[in-house]
Amino acid sequence: MAIDQLTWIHAASYFGAGVSVGFGAIGAALGEGYTAGQASDILSYRPRMSGEILKTMLVGQAVAETAGIFALVVSMLLMFGELKGHTLLEGWAYVGAGLSAGLSAIGSGIGAGFPAGAACKALARQPSASGQITLNMLIGASITQTPCIFGLVIAFLLMFLDHSAMPYYPYWAAFLGAGLSTGLAAIGPGYGGGLVGSGACLSLARNPEAQRPITTAMLVGIGTTQSTAIYGFLISLILIFKGFPESTSYVPSFALLGAGFAMGFGGIGPGIGEGITGKYALDQVGRVPEEATLLTRTMLVGQAVSESTGIYSLVVALLLVLNA
Amino acid sequence: MELTGADLVRAAALLGAGIAMGLGAIGPGVGEGYAAGKACEAIGRRPEEAGLLTRTMLVGQAVSESTGIYSLVVALLLMFVVK
Repeated sequence: MAIDQLTWIHAASYFGAGVSVGFGAIGAALGEGYTAGQASDILSYRPRMSGEILKTMLVGQAVAETAGIFALVVSMLLMFGELKGHTLLEGWAYVGAGLSAGLSAIGSGIGAGFPAGAACKALARQPSASGQITLNMLIGASITQTPCIFGLVIAFLLMFLDHSAMPYYPYWAAFLGAGLSTGLAAIGPGYGGGLVGSGACLSLARNPEAQRPITTAMLVGIGTTQSTAIYGFLISLILIFKGFPESTSYVPSFALLGAGFAMGFGGIGPGIGEGITGKYALDQVGRVPEEATLLTRTMLVGQAVSESTGIYSLVVALLLVLNA
Repeated sequence: MELTGADLVRAAALLGAGIAMGLGAIGPGVGEGYAAGKACEAIGRRPEEAGLLTRTMLVGQAVSESTGIYSLVVALLLMFVVK
């Protein structure tokens, strides 16, 4: 049974669409569920503040939903977009796009739920600081969306790039690897960034006067968590744009696929770990604001050590790309 | 394209190197982050012991790093040594 090229591309685009919204739905749902759970929890103690808590919950959930919406958009484009059909590579690009948009939405969705849930609790404890708490929640939750924006960018690049001049070997693997690298590496930073944001909201509720050191430490901590997402994005861009020569064996293809896996999985751990560090550090900055400098320094040293395995992954991924 | 035995082995080694380093990086990253977080908590409680706590944190993190280094070594062996 002969199946022509356009049919394969068609099938691949539907497969990518399913992967995108399937993975993408995990994160936003978990994050919003967590927020709602925290809101309900605190409502049982402060039923009179229901209006304020409900408002914060919905705003926080809306931010968390962004990640899911990105995945849905990519999935719709893959289902109803126009197929070019020049080369079979287009099919692999669609699968890569689905993986990138879908996987990257997991971390950002879950992560955005943490500051939102913490903000609901913080508001009920310290209603007078509600403005500052909401502001920190929004900053935390929006920085958490960065990794899924990287995923969206890579998905669009893969979908709308002209692949007709690229050799099939090894580009099929480069596209798959590009999707995996940004998609998987986004999970950790999304999750970790959310933890830092939640620490900041709870810390503000304990000590609203320490607003300045808390916000500064939050921005520093959250910025560090995003680093592995940037590495993932970088490896994807290299995979898409480096310009690999046509290969005569399967070896370069698998090297590029390996690079995608190395950087993708390798970005998860440091992102989550640095987020945990930031959460505890933020908690203490609210408790003892006069030691904020010492705490920020220790946080950065700890995060730097936690970053090391992410850097190993980056190095291994770069070596694999250069080997191809 | 013809798939030879040597190519198959080389391709599997390179893919394996990527997966080894990638998955191997998850544990140390999370573990070291947790150690650093708890150290920050302790420093907040006893800022005068910051030196001791930072030292302990770094020793703990170094031990936690070991599996990440194993992964790195295995990945490098798969890339450059095994044939």
